[in-house]
Amino acid sequence: MIQYIIRRFLYAFPLLIGVNILTFVLFFIVNSPNDMARMQLGQKHVTEQSIENWKQQHGYELPLLWNASASNEEKLTKTIFYQKSVGLFLFRFGVSESGRNIGADIQERMWPSLALALPTLIVGLLVDVTFALMMVLFRGGYLERTGMVLCVALMSVSSLFFIIGGQFIVAKVLKLVPISGYDDGFSAIKFLILPVIIGVFSGVGSGVRWYRTLFLEEVEKDYVRTARAKGLSEVQTLFRHVLRNAMIPILTGVVVILPLLFMGSLIMESFFSIPGLGSYTIDAINSQDFAIVRAMVFLGSVLYVIGLLLTDISYTLVDPRVRLA
Amino acid sequence: MSIRTYISQLIFLMVLMGCDASQLNNPYVEDEGAISVLYQSFSERPKHLDPATAYSENEYAFIAQIYESPFQYHYLKRPYQLTPLTASKMPEINYLDSHGNKLGNDVQDSDIAFTDYVIDLKQGIQFQPHAALAKTSESEYSYHNLSETQIQQANSLNDFVDTGSRELTADDYVYQIKRLAHPKVQSPIAEIMKNYIVGFDEFSKEVASLQKTELKNKTISGVKTTGRYQYRIRIKGKYPQFIFWLAMPFFSALPWEADVFYEQAGLSNKNITLDWYPIGTGPYLLAENNPNRRMILVKNPNFHFESYPSEGEPSDKQNALLKDAGKKLPFIDKVIFTLEKETIPYWTKFLQGYYDASGIASDSFDQAIQFTGSGGATLTESMTEKGIKLQTLVEASIFYMGFNMLDPVVGGDSERARKLRQAISIAVDYEEFISIFRNGRGVVAQGVIPPGIFGYTDEKEGINSYNYDWKADKPERKKIEAARHLMEEAGYLNGIDPKTKEALILYFDTASVSIDDRPTMNWYRKQFEKLGIKLVVRGTDYNRFQEKMRTGNEQIFVWGWNADYPDPENLFFLLYGPNSKVKYGGENAANYQNPEFDKLFQKMRNMDNSEQRYQIIQQLQEVVRHDAPWVFGFHPKNFSLFHSWYSNLKPNLMANNRLKYTRIDPVERAEKRRVWNHPLWFPVILGLLIFVALLVPAVHVYRRSAKEVLQ
Repeated sequence: MIQYIIRRFLYAFPLLIGVNILTFVLFFIVNSPNDMARMQLGQKHVTEQSIENWKQQHGYELPLLWNASASNEEKLTKTIFYQKSVGLFLFRFGVSESGRNIGADIQERMWPSLALALPTLIVGLLVDVTFALMMVLFRGGYLERTGMVLCVALMSVSSLFFIIGGQFIVAKVLKLVPISGYDDGFSAIKFLILPVIIGVFSGVGSGVRWYRTLFLEEVEKDYVRTARAKGLSEVQTLFRHVLRNAMIPILTGVVVILPLLFMGSLIMESFFSIPGLGSYTIDAINSQDFAIVRAMVFLGSVLYVIGLLLTDISYTLVDPRVRLA
Repeated sequence: MSIRTYISQLIFLMVLMGCDASQLNNPYVEDEGAISVLYQSFSERPKHLDPATAYSENEYAFIAQIYESPFQYHYLKRPYQLTPLTASKMPEINYLDSHGNKLGNDVQDSDIAFTDYVIDLKQGIQFQPHAALAKTSESEYSYHNLSETQIQQANSLNDFVDTGSRELTADDYVYQIKRLAHPKVQSPIAEIMKNYIVGFDEFSKEVASLQKTELKNKTISGVKTTGRYQYRIRIKGKYPQFIFWLAMPFFSALPWEADVFYEQAGLSNKNITLDWYPIGTGPYLLAENNPNRRMILVKNPNFHFESYPSEGEPSDKQNALLKDAGKKLPFIDKVIFTLEKETIPYWTKFLQGYYDASGIASDSFDQAIQFTGSGGATLTESMTEKGIKLQTLVEASIFYMGFNMLDPVVGGDSERARKLRQAISIAVDYEEFISIFRNGRGVVAQGVIPPGIFGYTDEKEGINSYNYDWKADKPERKKIEAARHLMEEAGYLNGIDPKTKEALILYFDTASVSIDDRPTMNWYRKQFEKLGIKLVVRGTDYNRFQEKMRTGNEQIFVWGWNADYPDPENLFFLLYGPNSKVKYGGENAANYQNPEFDKLFQKMRNMDNSEQRYQIIQQLQEVVRHDAPWVFGFHPKNFSLFHSWYSNLKPNLMANNRLKYTRIDPVERAEKRRVWNHPLWFPVILGLLIFVALLVPAVHVYRRSAKEVLQ
């Protein structure tokens, strides 16, 4: 298995270089270093000289990908791409265009993102699986039919509506929690209750339907019939056998997104003023801060690769028949 | 006692606690006790807190409370006037000839080669406590030679436990001017100051390769310390507006120790920089800087004595604005700024009493404001019931529609183009624009100057007579027929271009390309259609739009300007020929050039406010109204809401350091918050009961079916 993991990490390198080049090219098609300088220097009294100074200070005076005037390997190394990208592979994210250390910012902001995303995932998973099992348990009855209608209805509504509606009802009308904000430690709980509830609620429709399908597929199998024939109740059959056997697809969906939880939720963080990495990325895009955008895209790619690898490893844990080679 | 009894008692207790709990929605965790705390918000984190680089409103909201320039705007007096802040008196201004000899005050402007500003400072002003100024018992700076371990262990400025202070001297102001010139600091006003401060450009080149820490021992020829508490700035020629710059944070005092401390290798990797942790002499210091969440200002324990003004306008006494006259500033102990990006939570928190003041977003405008029959804005009943106060203020800004004067169709000084521009100026109905798109928050511009700036008048003589008639003591936009007549005179009868024999096509260049901007663009099209002109909207992203403006590839555009200081020079320069954007990269976005205008502008800009200056300003207005390089759009009107516990409120467009004058009543706020924020549990309990009611029959059915199987 170790060999497999090493091989997967080696595969990741060209992938990450490709992602990096793509981000770089796409970003600079839209924004030239001059545009970035103007954005950072503001609207008033910006002269050509001040733009040149800014580029010089931030290392954007070099050619983008190929330095024809340099010699030998410097044709490649004396470029914006090389200078700004090599550090990423060592997780040195550098300094944002406004002068902040990106690594320090990421370390600080990933915890609020995680504090929101992890409970949303865990509670969401429990709620989805519970409701899906309930619908399977009561299949054919009015509860399942009502549940399905509700699920489709919930799926059809934009998550933005849940956010605004949730804020209006729970925070504004009922006044049960703060409408937005964040704090450190346990004080964060009262700020996270509402976004977590909304996060779970907005995902219930699709989640329950997905897990219901998985469980329905399992309940028709022979081993379930055998279990019933042995005298197990329907609840025991569902929890002891069906749930366990449906774990592989559940794990596939969950483990792959585990690392990405650090990256935060773009909309949720913005609406609830949670200082996570989602709002960090959005702010960077709005202010054309290439250094942050590049760092976040790179980090996202790395985490995604790790997520896929973790999924593969988790297969071997839940299904002994799977071997990684 | 059975388990059931335990559970029922627990539920009862929880419900009871829930019913008694007040302000579960309080977003503030700390109990502030008896101190006076102001709660504000910010929507965008400030990029810079270094006074040499900060230039935007959201940055000034913080640094103007921390740093002090030698002069400030009087809080109450109007028209705006400067008063000493850390200076002991207004500067002594000396005019000099090219040999440096002092001239009398009655000399011709052309004889003045240099002007000296001699500034005397108050004695005994101390910097805020700061690690950069901390000293050991041997009088060595504690943190100017940090070890690697010390840097590694530090995560914020507060990790440097020792702090120190020292007296403010003239050297600190001179040092800051040197910083403005240093290319590595990248001050946005460096390029402007090169034109004015003697030796600034040379100094900038001299120190280009040096570290900031080396600036202290370098000298700039035009800026000198002439005593411990006195310094002199020499500028080229005569530039009366220079004193306004001296009231801006750019010219604040900064101790050299700050750069020595912050420039130590490794601190910037921890985001411990001057841009993040300011060091000033002002009424507040930045106690917490987490712009991802909140920023906290607390009273500077070393703040020098400053009292609330005892003079103002005649109406100030009636408005209870002089109640605190002579009292020591500041009144508020702590200010908590919370990051709030979305308008809905921001507005809700204001209504719940968790923010003390608020602007009005368009989606909550109708909830807050209603218009009277005479067009005046008042608060709605729900706002009045809460005791909320409304403050309106016309900003020292102008939004205009510009014509690129280099364009062959709409530009140039031909009679045809001028009449075309004048016709469009009549047709584009900005009264309607303000009503539709700004909820009435704006004043239609009659010329370049906004209200409150010298030269503005709302009398008959102040109207744009090319677009308006004076009727019933107010300006009335000319009828569209007048515009059509001008079109005919320009050779575009019914908007038909004689060259193509089809409707004249004009191009509107804009960066407003979102779906929300469509109604605005359609409105512009409709305005041009009144004249038979087909307006083509060329939307691009912001960067491409800027590029078009720089290269002169636009035809018609919308632009704006916010005055840096209350002087007409800072607005008319937007139309001064040598400031043309395409030719010189200046702020004259319309590329307007008229020798008569330029001559009048040169004369006006060096004059002190007087009747003669006023008349020249009117002439300038007349020239621009006649040439119509702009459709004078509107001056935005700012609507702000304040809770009843907020006092000493007077709009001031120029002063950014208003926080120190503000007073709040925390007792009234606490009481109102308690009343306004009682939680409602009933719907939650009802919801749970419904859920259980739905579940019970299902469980019952399931149990019955399970039994049937067993049977």
